[in-house]
Amino acid sequence: MSSVTLNNIVKRFGNFTAVHQSSLEIPEGAFVTLLGPSGCGKTTNLRMIAGLLDPSEGEILIGGKRVNDVPIHKRNLGLVFQNYALFPHKTVAENVAFGLKYRDVPADQIPKRVQEALELVQLPNVGERYPKELSGGQQQRIALARAIVIEPDVLLLDEPLSALDANLREDMRVELKRIQERIGVTTVFVTHDQSEALAMSDQIVVMSEGRVEQVGAPEEVYNTPASEFVANFLGASNIMEAKCAGMGGEGVTIEAPIFGTMTIPSEKAPRVTGAGPAKIVIRAEKLQLSANPAPEGVVSVPATVETVDYQGQAVRYFVRAGDTQLQAINMIDGHPFAEGAEVHLHLRPIDCAALPG
Amino acid sequence: MGWNLVRIWTILVYTFMFLPVAVVVLLSFNASQFGSFPMTGLSFRWFVELAQNEAILRAFRTSIVLGLLTAAISTTLGVLASLALVRYRVPGSNVISTLLIAPILVPEVVLAVALLLFLNFLQINKSFTLLLLGHVIFTLPFVILVVQARLVSIKRDVEEAAMSLGASPRQTFFQITLPLMLPAVLAGALFAFTISFDDITGTLFWKPGGVETVPTQIFAMLRNSISPEINALGTVMIIMTVGLPLLGLAIARQVAKKSGT
Ligand SMILES: Nc1ncnc2c1ncn2[C@@H]1O[C@H](COP(=O)(O)OP(=O)(O)OP(=O)(O)O)[C@@H](O)[C@H]1O
Ligand SMILES: [Mg+2]
Repeated sequence: MSSVTLNNIVKRFGNFTAVHQSSLEIPEGAFVTLLGPSGCGKTTNLRMIAGLLDPSEGEILIGGKRVNDVPIHKRNLGLVFQNYALFPHKTVAENVAFGLKYRDVPADQIPKRVQEALELVQLPNVGERYPKELSGGQQQRIALARAIVIEPDVLLLDEPLSALDANLREDMRVELKRIQERIGVTTVFVTHDQSEALAMSDQIVVMSEGRVEQVGAPEEVYNTPASEFVANFLGASNIMEAKCAGMGGEGVTIEAPIFGTMTIPSEKAPRVTGAGPAKIVIRAEKLQLSANPAPEGVVSVPATVETVDYQGQAVRYFVRAGDTQLQAINMIDGHPFAEGAEVHLHLRPIDCAALPG
Repeated sequence: MGWNLVRIWTILVYTFMFLPVAVVVLLSFNASQFGSFPMTGLSFRWFVELAQNEAILRAFRTSIVLGLLTAAISTTLGVLASLALVRYRVPGSNVISTLLIAPILVPEVVLAVALLLFLNFLQINKSFTLLLLGHVIFTLPFVILVVQARLVSIKRDVEEAAMSLGASPRQTFFQITLPLMLPAVLAGALFAFTISFDDITGTLFWKPGGVETVPTQIFAMLRNSISPEINALGTVMIIMTVGLPLLGLAIARQVAKKSGT
């Protein structure tokens, strides 16, 4: 178990810069997720930590020690890939035992350690099988067992769940988190799936085009996005040009189109520094459609439903208020509204966030 | 109707190709001195005579030693070259790849003469080592083609996983990469051996005086007379050059099955 530090890391491939100068501090024992769209440099970062790629600039520290010149096989890391990467010519037990051979583990201890690892991933009885005799989910569990049996300083996971089907993915998510908490290993997890990131992480690192956009706890990046990109990438948001009219004890006063003047709590607008242009961020889930006007303390605006996108438990509406189209995602309570229905949009100011303009 | 014609045609082609071979095999068991039909009786006498013919035995030994050495050297070089071409970014790898494969494309006679002229130019005399060198050049492309194809299908992930678990690049090669490409390596070695074993064109040009391989020995014997011994020798050659690859294939398949790939 060790902390991981990236100091001003840059990675270039020829003329193309895949990772722009970025720094990152991953505390010991934390579960940190690198989240971002395809091609934003998540894998590149992970591979640099692993020692599979050399950074063009900057330094990497694991447990406080600079590891730039330490080859991968001396870094003591657990690595799990999207497509499992089990050794097809070795049995499951041999796969799991592989890393132990290169460590000071007495030979008679190896079977016991292997069995413990298999039990941890809840597959105690498949040791004699070959990887191809296992399902995808089982193979990924074995890949995890193989990575953690060596008691790595850091566990690196590159989209380990994305090859699994939706139901299995959710089970594995819980399972993976349980195992990580149990052994307490520092974990860097790569995904482009925001719900995975929100559900599992202690910290989320949101990346875009090789840059770190925001680092924070799931709630923080979700509720207080640091940029328009983050607001849009984590769930659907309505972002509108607005104006900051002033800052006071009870919050930041924002003059927004459609919804009028609202006072947003200061902690939801940490980057707004004073009066001037600003942007208001309204999460689609926070915009409630209702047949009735709002009670006291809730902003209410009339609107027309334009599109209804039925999703089972929830429904996504596109509504028009004035000349602006807004997106709202509501849980279904009774029947969803029909297209063309006249509704009231309810919004609590405390659910809004503001960004500098 | 159309398909029947195709079928008959196919049968005719195969008959044309394999009938002479069948005749040789059949006649090698003929009791009579003259290799002709009808056969006068079943006998192993030509095989016995073969086994007592010093020249043939010597040629056999030469061929086997040559084949084994060719296979060993070609396979080693081929595996290394494939690794370099597939796993590392070598400048000009396309050119190198083409050059290594070229000996297959160039007619063997041309290759044989070229190497001979080159040796003359260098004023090097013919020797067994040079014969071996010629065979290696000639068999290397087959090994490279087979091994490269296999290597491409072995995912880098697996090797990276091994290294992350603590295996050095060398240990990773012997623990992971080599076992995974073993079927292809075996196939390549067998190719090299059989091609070397029944090569005649190149061998005629390259072999030093007094050294005969089985094919050149047959060739020499044919110039004097057509002895039934040659039929027997032909049968042995057929068994070796057809049977060995089949055996090898079966082994490779077993290995592959066990490794689950
Ligand atoms: N070896 C390489 N040579 C050149 N460019 C590369 C190389 N590896 C990655 N890149 C580029 O660097 C950028 C970041 O790639 P990376 O694999 O880190 O993305 P990612 O965030 O993991 O994406 P995904 O979610 O699709 O896996 C991409 O634009 C990619 O094309
Ligand atoms: Mg990736």
